[in-house]
Amino acid sequence: MADQIRYVTAPKVEDNRKKYCRFKKNGIKYIDYKDANFLLKFVNDQGKVLPRRLTGTSLKFQRKVAQAVKRARHIGLLPYVTDSLK
Amino acid sequence: MQQYEIVIVLTPLLSDEVAKEANAKFSKILTDNGAEIVQEDNWGLRKLAYPIQKKTTGYYHLTEFKAPGDVINKLEVELRRDERVLRFLTIALDKHAIAYNEKKRSGAFNQKKPAKVEDSK
Repeated sequence: MADQIRYVTAPKVEDNRKKYCRFKKNGIKYIDYKDANFLLKFVNDQGKVLPRRLTGTSLKFQRKVAQAVKRARHIGLLPYVTDSLK
Repeated sequence: MQQYEIVIVLTPLLSDEVAKEANAKFSKILTDNGAEIVQEDNWGLRKLAYPIQKKTTGYYHLTEFKAPGDVINKLEVELRRDERVLRFLTIALDKHAIAYNEKKRSGAFNQKKPAKVEDSK
């Protein structure tokens, strides 16, 4: 009986992997809005831009990623909203 | 002379030649007004991520050019007037973008992002 411990709130799984900004690390300076499959890495499967806390990118490059995704959406390379992107 | 990049999406109802001719017309407008075309790239027919004007595919054409500022407005008036154009996007390029395009043109191999072996995500 005692082993059936039910948590009221979900136990917070500790993701202790050190996040880093892949743009600063790889020295990428420009995010090409035409490169759709590179931008797919920053978009969840509904087509929404992933937040920084998940991707770990720095603020400066998060803005560039967001702008590139919006441009790609405008010219029809990325969907605005979809259900199964990946 | 600022450097710009424009992506034009044409309706798929055109045949290949008509699409090329339309792109040539826009490039001619650019060169007439004193622009200097740096690079033209035709991606051809591509599938759109969502239907635009009820069409699911489109002819993509990319033109990179150096031009004085006022040419952009003239070009966009023409683009808006021409009903074969589904959508277009004009971007001013900063130095990183210019360097990126230069690198992409010169060495396609080194443009590939460095192998992300340590990218655990």
